[in-house]
Amino acid sequence: MKVYLDNNATTMLDPCAYELMLPFFKEHYGNPNSLHAFGSATHSALKEAMDKLYAGLNASDLDDIIITSCATESINWVFKSVYFDHILDKERNEVIISGVEHPAVSAAAMFLKQLGVKVIDLPVNSEGLSTAEDLKKVISDKTALVSVMWANNETGMIFPIKEMAEITHEFGALFHTDATQAVGKIKINLKDEGIDLASFSAHKFHGPKGVGGLFIKKGVKLTPLLHGGEHMGGRRSGTLNVPFIVAMGEALKIANSMLEFEDSHIRRLRDKLEDAILTLPDTTVVGNRQNRVPNTILASIKGVEGEAMLWDLNQNGIAASTGSACASEDLESNPIMEAIGAENDLAHTALRLSLSRFNTEAEIDYAIEQIKKATERLRSISSTYAYNPNQR
Amino acid sequence: MGKNNLIGGSIWDEYSQKVQDRMNAPRHMGEFTEDDAKKADAKLIVADFGAESCGDAVRLYWLVDEKTDTIKDAKFKSFGCGTAIASSDTMVDLCIGKKVDEAVKITNLDVEFAMRDNPETPAVPPQKMHCSVMAYDVIKQAAAQYKGISPEDFEDQIIVCECARVSLGTIKDVIRLNDLHTVEEITQYTKAGAFCKSCVKPGGHEKKDYYLVDILAETRAEMERERLKEMNKEDLAFEEMTMVKQLKAIESVLDAEVRAMLQSDGGDMEVIDIQKSAENIDVYIRYLGACSGCSSGSGATLYAIENILQEELSPRIRVMPV
Repeated sequence: MKVYLDNNATTMLDPCAYELMLPFFKEHYGNPNSLHAFGSATHSALKEAMDKLYAGLNASDLDDIIITSCATESINWVFKSVYFDHILDKERNEVIISGVEHPAVSAAAMFLKQLGVKVIDLPVNSEGLSTAEDLKKVISDKTALVSVMWANNETGMIFPIKEMAEITHEFGALFHTDATQAVGKIKINLKDEGIDLASFSAHKFHGPKGVGGLFIKKGVKLTPLLHGGEHMGGRRSGTLNVPFIVAMGEALKIANSMLEFEDSHIRRLRDKLEDAILTLPDTTVVGNRQNRVPNTILASIKGVEGEAMLWDLNQNGIAASTGSACASEDLESNPIMEAIGAENDLAHTALRLSLSRFNTEAEIDYAIEQIKKATERLRSISSTYAYNPNQR
Repeated sequence: MGKNNLIGGSIWDEYSQKVQDRMNAPRHMGEFTEDDAKKADAKLIVADFGAESCGDAVRLYWLVDEKTDTIKDAKFKSFGCGTAIASSDTMVDLCIGKKVDEAVKITNLDVEFAMRDNPETPAVPPQKMHCSVMAYDVIKQAAAQYKGISPEDFEDQIIVCECARVSLGTIKDVIRLNDLHTVEEITQYTKAGAFCKSCVKPGGHEKKDYYLVDILAETRAEMERERLKEMNKEDLAFEEMTMVKQLKAIESVLDAEVRAMLQSDGGDMEVIDIQKSAENIDVYIRYLGACSGCSSGSGATLYAIENILQEELSPRIRVMPV
């Protein structure tokens, strides 16, 4: 059996979104900005897709949702443009990010640091969350931008975005959220949250890879990252990728229609998997279940190095993920585990399991069986874990 | 970078079949007890290296025949990724049947080579060489324990590149002997920095005590100082030089020992004039960049520049900022 439990990395394209995008590769290939009939045929589909995005994110018609290639591009656009529009030659010279941001945010912030901007990391608690109180302690009239993720990519923990946006506005700064792991998993209402800027990627909610967006609240000034044309009202140049945008709109519409299913069925499967892991001795899971997106588990299995676990699971058809050092080119331990102050010896034992609405109960049962099997094998090899085969 | 490196891929694709087989079914995984040692008429050695907090830990068990100092049998346990398990398993293979003094000579390169499917293709990707180093290190621990000495006794030099086992002394020697100017040249001559690249400069996948960029800069600076001293020996005393030669000598010293320090803080300096009197040689300087507004320009920094010039060229030099 093959089981895909790495949906926070990327997701399968929804079959309905796939079907909808196909005609725009061969039949309706006109440039939507062209005046002729070929252009108008795609233009109407593009408009429909944009309507789905605005509805899916609950954005006001007066705000802008600009199509980008992915959240990473959107995030980089925010940071670099904030530098040009709100920091350079101005009195504000600080950017605040949480200590567990995705590298798209933290590396973009580090780039601004090289340009002389002060970057402040918000601390996170043992659940991997920063609070509004944490923000109050460091924000000032010098702050130009606060960027805090909506949901964490490793733990799934949901940040108090609305409160943070309110505090940010009290100090006259802009509030951006990396909503990549929240869109399609929880209800998004940009009209209510007070967010100035929000980034997202389609492939995290069963849309295609290579397309995403940036929400820009009405009135927010942002120098374009890409110059060169009048696409997207001159805010982001480059001929629009109509099939992907059409699929993204449909994928978001479907994902939002499945939120209740996600919060009941997927949450139940997630909790079943989590409970099974926690029945194994010396295992922990980061963060309160209720305040997590319903699909994510970040577990630590003592004595089992993360990549070794991935190897065993992969041999048995299960795709998971780990922030563990050995799985990447960086040998440092899982930064999330470190940021939340996990014991050092847990930092290399992180295992991330992320479900989607396409996972079945049978798959989860199989995954439980394989995780137990791999844990037993690797603990029997482990030099740091006193494995007791009778302790099951 | 280049075409083949633009698209990242799974590091697992770069594992040899031997590595994969040993990851899935290590042959020597397990442990020995004192009872096992008694039955085998051997001495039990249990050595540990690494820690779970570092991401890798290995425990090596040896049964050593004390009459012949031969490792009769060995086993291991490991907390680490698959390549750490495979490397440890291979390392145990290489130990069995060897005398302890021979086993100590097994390097991580031997372990990696033994895991190759064919001699031309590395068994693991560069960043995984680290895992075979663990196997090398634990042998030293075991041998030291058996001989009742310290593991450091096997290491008379500081190892800068653990992947290629290249010492600090070797790197300094090749820089000097071959007048090397770049890290790439060091890698060509020694293989240091060719594998996981952690020792090349800070920010790699593992923190290091020594980096090739620093060793190169320091050794080049040492060589420059020695060259200046040599020049001074052969040439006239500083006081007897023409002003042009004095200026050149001053500039050489400043280039070798001062400017890098100032430039690292965003500053610099230039020599404006040299004026000789009966007692002193006054060197007039102007600070540039961040140094121009810096308070220590008339204090600690000034004294440091003056001391260096006095030591290298003449005790009569006074440095005057304008």
